[in-house]
Amino acid sequence: MTQFLSLLLNGISLGAMYALIALGFVIIFKASEVVSFTQGSLLLLGAYSIARLSEPIGFLPAVVVGILLTALAAFLIERLVINRLRGAPVISLAIVTIGIDIILLTELIRRIGSDILNVPHPWGSESVRIGDVGISQNRLIATGVAGVLIIAFFAAFKYSSWGVAMRASAEDGETAALMGIRLGRVSALAWIVAGALAAVAALFLVGAPTPGVSAAAYTVALRAFPAAILGGLDSTGGALVGGLLIGLAESFAAGYQDQLLFLGRGFGDVVPYVVMIAVLLVRPSGLFGTKELTRV
Amino acid sequence: MLSVDALHVTYGGAVQALRGVSLEIPDGKVVAVLGSNGAGKSTLLRTLSGTLRLHRGRIDSGSVRYGDVALGSRDAAAAVRMGLVQVPEGRRIFGRLTVEENLRAGGMGNRDKAAKARARDRVYEMFPVLKERAGQRGLLLSGGEQQMLAIGRALMASPKLLLLDEPSLGLAPRIIGQIGEVIAEINRQGTSVLLVEQNATMALGVADLAYVLDVGEVSLSGSAAELARTDEVQRLYLGHDSDEPAAAEPTPGTRKTLSRWTA
Repeated sequence: MTQFLSLLLNGISLGAMYALIALGFVIIFKASEVVSFTQGSLLLLGAYSIARLSEPIGFLPAVVVGILLTALAAFLIERLVINRLRGAPVISLAIVTIGIDIILLTELIRRIGSDILNVPHPWGSESVRIGDVGISQNRLIATGVAGVLIIAFFAAFKYSSWGVAMRASAEDGETAALMGIRLGRVSALAWIVAGALAAVAALFLVGAPTPGVSAAAYTVALRAFPAAILGGLDSTGGALVGGLLIGLAESFAAGYQDQLLFLGRGFGDVVPYVVMIAVLLVRPSGLFGTKELTRV
Repeated sequence: MLSVDALHVTYGGAVQALRGVSLEIPDGKVVAVLGSNGAGKSTLLRTLSGTLRLHRGRIDSGSVRYGDVALGSRDAAAAVRMGLVQVPEGRRIFGRLTVEENLRAGGMGNRDKAAKARARDRVYEMFPVLKERAGQRGLLLSGGEQQMLAIGRALMASPKLLLLDEPSLGLAPRIIGQIGEVIAEINRQGTSVLLVEQNATMALGVADLAYVLDVGEVSLSGSAAELARTDEVQRLYLGHDSDEPAAAEPTPGTRKTLSRWTA
């Protein structure tokens, strides 16, 4: 039971990180109809900047600057590339983002090399015990921060002008433009938010129990893609549920791997994709995704 | 307040949609543009509202002047800010947004908070049913209510010139009558209206001036009352037989057809 609770708690905290990344993925898709594969390298950029800047300027300023830098990078990608390709086929745009991702990733990996950069989280790698259940402080804080961010995001999405503009242009871009909504601005803002969310996720994903920033952090973002897709690519609520589902599945598969030995070692690494495929087989547009509607 | 002069518009550099259209919208008037499918009505509206580029259309020559400003290369948001707001064809309300959110979306181009509040009061006063359903999703409204919402949404931007693209499309005759009254009321409150319609009875009933577009050109123009009396409009748009039969002896069994194929 203790093990179960511990895995549950860790799964939720991991899932909350995935949800942050997946949310960025979903709002980019909603605002600019681009399936953006840049989240992985943006995440790594965030982690890298925070790690490198912590030494000279201190941890907290490094976090702020790191988040701003990542948001800026996302903004530049939108302005310099995506916005100029408006009207290009969706597939081409997706491939373009893969290209950008690879360029950014290659440069970051060159800089990181084979090192593992340490991020000096002030909360260190201590664990806390809640009753019998142990969880690293890092994960616990991560869950809290992610929770607050997710609530703030959903509130803004529901009530703010930005949210209304965003949802209106996601539903019908041309009509939104006719109402005086600047589609370019909505799209740029979505990328900025997505970049910032990825950087926040990065901050915690490279903390305990993960040793630090290495090129491997990139693969974490890859697990957020199935989270976004199984939730439904155009559903923010879906991103949240998808993220939690993937986090829990991964945590349980890793925790009970002795009982799951018949599936082979390292099943935890592939379980996000297995879950995604299983969900899509039953619901092709994801749990909460809009079905492609045809007017009759 | 708006004048279009010898406007030529092509799509994708090949398809000519407008071939030298000139028209005037005087301040405070309702102007109707009639025409069948493919006559260039929507292209005209897209040019005015700045969405031509979204459809890969381009102004080849001619000019559109709104007051002292030359339109044309401006985008939709700029047009809205100048008070030129379009209600799109087929209503296109945001179905997943609530009625209230739809109205908020309509006011996005309007920076002035007080003006927005006034616009909202005016919309709710004009369409009480929208106030009753403020919290409902747009797609749950009936067709007529959706058209009211589409018009109300456009009014949120406090337009000086309202562009209406076929507001009668797919609505019951009784509702079409109501739409006509709404247009007249909006005009009475000081907004000029450009009304693009296939329903000539309603359009000519509410308009001061009218133009007939025909394959990218203006074929008839004049005051709405005058135009309603001409044979061509009677025959093509109002569904009345003209006084003297055009064909000398209509053969029994074959119905008289339109003189042109204008698909």
